[in-house]
This record gives sequence, structure tokens and C-alpha cells, in this order.
Amino acid sequence: MSETIDERGLSCPQPVLDTLAKIAAMGSGELDVLVDTEASKENVARAAQGKGWRVESITEDGGEYTLKLIGA
Amino acid sequence: MNNFFATRTGIVSVGLVIGCLAALLQYLGNPGNMGICVACFERDIAGAVGLHRAGVVQYMRPEIIGFVLGGLGAALFGRDFRPRAGSAPIVRFILGVFAMIGALVFLGCPWRAILRLAGGDLNALFGIAGLIVGIGIGTLFFKQGYNLGRSQKTYGSVGLMMPLVMAGFLVLMLLYPQVEGEPQSGVLFYSLKGPGAMHAPLLISLGVGLVVGVIAQRSRFCTMGAFRDLILFKQVHLLSGVVALLAAAFAVNLVLGQFHPGFDGQPVAHTQGLWNFMGMVLAGLCFALAGGCPGRQLFMAGEGDGDAAVFVFGMIVGAAFAHNFGLASSPKGVGPHGVAAVFIGLAVCLFIGMTMRKKA
Repeated sequence: MSETIDERGLSCPQPVLDTLAKIAAMGSGELDVLVDTEASKENVARAAQGKGWRVESITEDGGEYTLKLIGA
Repeated sequence: MNNFFATRTGIVSVGLVIGCLAALLQYLGNPGNMGICVACFERDIAGAVGLHRAGVVQYMRPEIIGFVLGGLGAALFGRDFRPRAGSAPIVRFILGVFAMIGALVFLGCPWRAILRLAGGDLNALFGIAGLIVGIGIGTLFFKQGYNLGRSQKTYGSVGLMMPLVMAGFLVLMLLYPQVEGEPQSGVLFYSLKGPGAMHAPLLISLGVGLVVGVIAQRSRFCTMGAFRDLILFKQVHLLSGVVALLAAAFAVNLVLGQFHPGFDGQPVAHTQGLWNFMGMVLAGLCFALAGGCPGRQLFMAGEGDGDAAVFVFGMIVGAAFAHNFGLASSPKGVGPHGVAAVFIGLAVCLFIGMTMRKKA
């Protein structure tokens, strides 16, 4: 099952806080995180990897990013 | 991740470079343990344009101009320029005002707190402890859902406002250069004595500012984030950069004979431990609530963040209040109303932190 959280426009550390809370709630699965700055993209990826989740893909669309995170 | 600066090696390299350059700036003329101090330098800029008339702290610091323009250049080059604004700007302005007031009770931003320690000023330990406590209080608000709300994408010109202001400041400095022995040149004020009279040559200061602006924008170097991420996420990524800055500045200070350990007689510092601590509690809390240390706010303003730009102007106006109202400390100790200002600032932060939260 895949879930999505929209972190666009939120400043540091909100995207990371929300991603980690979602990861903790889901335990495993597929999570799409929408962000709109390079810093948020890097921070969310780093935080997810720190929890053992994998960054499956990062797609860009007009300066916005969707990070597909997979937790086994 | 294809950004070298986002790696551990990258952030440590950035910290090392900033630490070395800051210590060198002191050697080349900047005030003691103040190679780079974002709070002090914005305060000097407030003085240079006459927002306050404290004659010893007036100089248009090219480092600050370089930080913003370097950040802009790096963001444009890295396709990372994101014009955005609209996340509670008035709150960010007020947080900037009190961040500056707190920093001037201590006498330094977090960068300078680290540089003071690297120069042997042990009073900085109280400031750094206060900074960590202030950030820690901020993380409690984050855990309760504190949030300044979303920013919106906006016109490129919005993101260019702060870089244009800084470019304008640079033009003013070139039009009205410092004249030996004169306290004023055209519209700009120049200190004849005190920290404002101590500065490295303009082009060197500007060059260092540009270099730091570029590498700090790419690496997201942030001294507040360093402690916040440690407390909130047990992450040491940003902290490793701050430790590298401390180590590099310490090493260069030793080599250049700039390391003088002790509490008394430290440059641009006072020995009132409690207020060194409390000033930075206030500043740290403001930085945490606003999402970045003063340096980081400048780099974000350079990459198009209009809300960070508002925070910066809050700091500059806060410096004017701090000196006009007698809130800023001096080497003799806290100003006549500095203690009251710290408590007012903390009350304002509590109000902001407790009322701006989304329902769980």
C-alpha cells in the first residue's frame, strides 16, 4: 500500500519530522513525500535512510520533487 | 545524491574552510574572535546606515553582502533558486528582532560563540550552553506541532529582493568609501574606534563572504540545525560541520598566536556568565522557531526565500533597538535594559510557540 504526504512549502525541520512520524506509523510499505526545496529533498532522504528505508526514486517536476521511499 | 556538499565529507570540509577563513579574517583586521559574526556584522550594517548611532559599531560589512550574493550565485548555478514567501513573515520579523537582542546580550551569533571558544574565550561556554538550551526548548514546541505554516512559490523578483538590497549596499560602499579619520562618508557611517573600526580589507572580506556563501548554500551549513537535529533526530550530520569549524579555527588561532585561554579581558566579551547564557537561550529559541541560524537565514535569503529575508531585516532592526534602547552588552557587562529585554523576548517566543500549532 502506498501513502503520500505533501511537505511542499514547509520549512525545516517540518518535512523531516512529518516523514519520520509517517515512517514510524507505517512500519513498512511505500511512502511518497512531496517537497519543493533541494534542502528538504536531501534532509528527507537522509532521515529515511537513517531509519533503514530505501530511496527508490526521486522525480522532479518543475522544481518540485517526489521521493519514493520503501520500507521493508 | 549528487551534491558533494550534502555528504558528511562535504559538510566537514565546509566547516573546516569557514573556520580557517574566519580565523584568517581576524589576522587580517577583523575584531578579536570575530572573524565572522553574523549578528555583530548585521549590527554594524545597521550602524553604517544610521539606524543606530553607537559610534563604535558602524561599518558596512562586506562579508554579509558576500554571504547573500554567494548564496544566490550557488543557488542559480545549482538550479536551486526557489523564490518563495508567505510563511508568517511578521512572526519571522519579530523572531529576528529578538534573536538579535539575545545575541547582543551575549555578544555574538552562534558562529561567533564557536569562534570565541576557538580563541580561548571561556565565557563562550555559557553562551553555547544557552544556545543548546534555547534550541532544546524550540524542539519541545516542534514536538507539540509548532509550525509557521506553508510558504508559496512566487515571482523570481521576490526572491531577488534581498540580493538586490545587498548589491545596493555594496554600491553605496563603493560610492562612499571609508575616509581616513572621518566618521561619515556620504550617507554611510564608519567607526573611528571600537570593533566597527577593525576590519580586513574590503575585497578580502567580500571575497571570503562570497566563498562562504557558495559553500554554505550548497551544504545547508547551519549552527542551529546542528544542535536541533542532534536533539530532535539524534543526527550529527550538521553538527560535524560545526565541530570542524571549531577545530579549524582553533588550529589556525594556535598557528597565528590568536589563542588566549581565559575568562577575563577577552575581546568584545563580558564575563557575566548568567547573561551570556540567558542571551543565547533567547537567541537559540528564536533561531529554532524561525528554522535557521543567522548565517543560514542569509544563505536562504540568497536562494530566494523571502521569509528568511524578512528574518534578516528583523535582525537588523533588532540591532537598532538593541543599541538605541540600551539592550546590548558591552565589555563592561549587560546594558541597562538588557535583562528586561531577554525576559520580554522569552515571553514573546513562548506566545508564538504555544499559539502557532496545528491541531494533532
